[in-house]
Parts: sequence; structure tokens; C-alpha cells
Amino acid sequence: MTDPRPDSDRTSPLHQIHVDGGASFTDFAGWQMPVSYGSDLAEHHAVRTSAGIFDISHMAEILVDGPGAADFLDYALAGRLSAIAIAQAKYSLLLNPEGGIIDDLVVYRLTDDTFFVVANAGNRFAVATALRARAENFDVRVSDLSDAYSLIAVQGPNSREIAKAAAGITEVSVPLDDLKYYWSTDALFDDQPLLIGRTGYTGEDGFEFYIQTDAAANLWAALVAAGEPYGLVPAGLASRDTLRLEAGMPLYGHELGTDSFPVQAGLGRVVNLKKEGDFVGRAAIEAGPPHGSHLLVGLTTEGKRAGRAGYSVVTDDGSQVGMVTSGALSPTLGFPIAMAYVDPFVLEAGTPLYIDVRGNRIAASVVDLPFYKRDK
Amino acid sequence: MTDQTSLQYTAEHEWILVDGDTATVGITAYAADKLGDVVYVELPKAGSVVSGGTVVGEIESTKSVGELFAPVDGTILEANAAVDADPSLVNSDPFGEGWLIKVTYTALPTLLSFDEYSALIAE
Repeated sequence: MTDPRPDSDRTSPLHQIHVDGGASFTDFAGWQMPVSYGSDLAEHHAVRTSAGIFDISHMAEILVDGPGAADFLDYALAGRLSAIAIAQAKYSLLLNPEGGIIDDLVVYRLTDDTFFVVANAGNRFAVATALRARAENFDVRVSDLSDAYSLIAVQGPNSREIAKAAAGITEVSVPLDDLKYYWSTDALFDDQPLLIGRTGYTGEDGFEFYIQTDAAANLWAALVAAGEPYGLVPAGLASRDTLRLEAGMPLYGHELGTDSFPVQAGLGRVVNLKKEGDFVGRAAIEAGPPHGSHLLVGLTTEGKRAGRAGYSVVTDDGSQVGMVTSGALSPTLGFPIAMAYVDPFVLEAGTPLYIDVRGNRIAASVVDLPFYKRDK
Repeated sequence: MTDQTSLQYTAEHEWILVDGDTATVGITAYAADKLGDVVYVELPKAGSVVSGGTVVGEIESTKSVGELFAPVDGTILEANAAVDADPSLVNSDPFGEGWLIKVTYTALPTLLSFDEYSALIAE
């Protein structure tokens, strides 16, 4: 056993609640965040069958506002953000000029001229810096509000009933029963502004609550209390990772990075080449990645031993043709699943593939993503 | 309930219960907690000759893989079949039902006492 004790010290505004709840913590992008509250498997299953509540306050929130905001985001990001309606959310990418991915983002349109950009914790400064640099010729203001906002996610089939039952949430503009996937509504919690998105990162129905930091602990408590009859459990980053992996959702630093083009990660649809005008990365995306660039695929294997990030994908003569980016024994499916970048020629030829699991070659099948899809 | 003060420990977060010429080996609650829910164990077969400090097995959780070191030179007497069938025993009872291997040892190295190990994980 090697000792994975972390050495970073940023903590969430909900940290004491997690300590009191018996959480163990892990370092994530410089934050001490709950990895689990006892059993990551139980937390995983709770999200699939009832509901889980996650503290993801480490995520970064950047406000973009001003008369030029929509045009600016069309230039700065890969998608056409000017096309989304007020209260709508959109998954997008921040590309570098070479077509690589600086971060993946969720963007909420709050008003005609106001957008709320949610970035990964580890990319907070890269995103804020890139947005500011790209804003030079636009009438827009870029404000990093990450320290002022907390983010709580309630995910799972019971999440809607829990969100509706939470005491203190009032003035919900769009009734949660009517709120569509990837739309948001404003509301109040204890008279403070609250943004609720029907969004998430687990493959289940769910809601994300953006709240000012000083009200976050009370909101967490209200949601936990409302969730009690619905089987809501606090859930940590370990279960969040297996949930998103089953749902085939990429994780920055694993499936996404500045060295991968969106099309390699299966995110070609996120880049809008039909939008007018230039956007950062456009020329590189139009040229496409180098011939033979590896493609992200889903792999499943038999037995119980999972291929994990960094393990080689090989053919039966042992030559390496790819690399696993994420993998685990799927708690829901019961067999190992992995995402991996693999040589496209090998994929096209249908060559049998193996994952080298610490010296043991385990046969792998290429499957469509996601591994798991909920019944709607 | 195993008396943890009667066990000896390694810096690799394993515990050893010495009884005659047999050492029973498991991982500590601290290690099990750090791993998360254990979903698979790979243990050496009875009769295997092992040398102290070498990797003889694996303990996999959903999120990571831990290595099982042989703490002593010797021969594997038994691997815990119950843990093979139900790896969650490593989490629920790491010092008891979740033991991993029994080794017939030839010599005992210097191991950590309960107090020494407690100090190590408190650092």
C-alpha cells in the first residue's frame, strides 16, 4: 500500500459538514473534497436508484456580461452561445488556437447580455485568463466569481421531488416539474438569489444549485432534510467518477486536454463550424487533427480487474495501439469498463484488442458510449 | 473483535498476527478507508513461496489498486477464500474476517508496534 495522503488545503464552505458526516477527503485540483462518506459503492447505487447530494463547490464560476457578451462567447468558445435562449444551458468547449481543449464548460444564459460560465476547478485560472484575453475587442466584462459561489448537485431519480420539497426555496420562476434538461430557473433561498439548473454529471436526472457561499451550508441542510424520506445520501467524488464514467462523460485531464481535438473525444458536435465569423481554434478544427490521431472509445472487459488510466491498449502481438484514460469495475453493470484513446486504423480493421492490466493481457471489446443509459 | 494493540504492523499499512510459526496478514482500517470500497482481491495460492517486501497480491477498489506485500519470508499456508468471494469484508472487518493471507514464516523482520503504527498514520 502506498499512502495517498494529500497535501493541499483549500476547503469548501461545507467542509465542516462533511467532517461531521464522516467523510474522507481527497485532493482535487488543490481542494480537499469529500471522496466518500463511508461507502463509495453505496453512494453510487443511491444515485442510480434514489438520490445523492454532492458538494462541488470547487467548480469555477465566471460571469460574462455586457452588450457584447453573446458575440464574445461565439468568438471565445466552440459553440454558438448566441443561439441559446434565456435560462437555457449549453455544454461547450474552450479551445486553444491549435484546436486543443483548454476546458469543457457548461454555460447558462441568465439574460440577453449575461452568461454564467462553469469551469473545472483545475482550469479556473486558465479559463478566466483566456476569456479575458479574448474579450479585448468586445464590449463585455469577465468576472471570476468562483470564491463567491458554491455549487451543490442533487442527482438521481428522486432528485426532482427532493428539490421541490426543500424548505426555504421560493420564487422558483419555472416550476421544477416543467424545467427541461439543460434549462435553468432562478429562485430564492432564504431570500438570497439561487440558480437551479437541470444539469449534472452522473447520467441521472438531477439539479445543480448555484448559491452564494455564505448560504451554502443552510441550503445543503435544507436539501438533506427534504431528501430524508427519498433515500438521499451525501455522495463523494469517488462515486461521482464511476457515475460519470458509466454515463460516458469525459473528465478533463483524462479524456480531454490541450493535446486532444474535440473530434477525437467524440465531441465534434460541440464545435459549431456553421456559425458566422471566426472563433478561436476554428482554422485548426477545419484542418482537423493529424491523420491517424487516436479516437476515444468505450471498452469493456470480462472478469473483475479493471483497466485504469494510463494502462496500455495492445494487440495480440503486444504492440501498443492505445491508452486507457479512465476505467473501473462498473458498480451498476458489474463488469469492468474503460474509456481509451485508440489508433483509428486498428479500430477500423476490427483487430482484437487487449488491456494490459499490470502485466496481464485482458481481452477488451469496443462498445458504443455511454455504457449506461437510464430509462426515461 | 481483534485487539489491535496485540498486532504488529508495517509501514505499508499491513497488520501481522503472529501465532507460532504462522503469520496472519491483512491491511489496516486506515488503508482500507483510503482505498475505498474493495471490489476485487488477487491473493497468492497456498504453497507459494514468498519473500518479505515483495508484492504478492492486489487489492482493488473502485478507484484504485493497492499492492499486497509479503511482510515475511515464508510459504503461503492459506489465502482467505471468504474475501475472494466477498471483497467488502476488507472494509467491514479489516482486522478480522477481512484477513488476507496466512504465511508459514522462517524469520520475522522488525515490525512496528501498535503505538509506532498509530504514530505513523497520525503524521
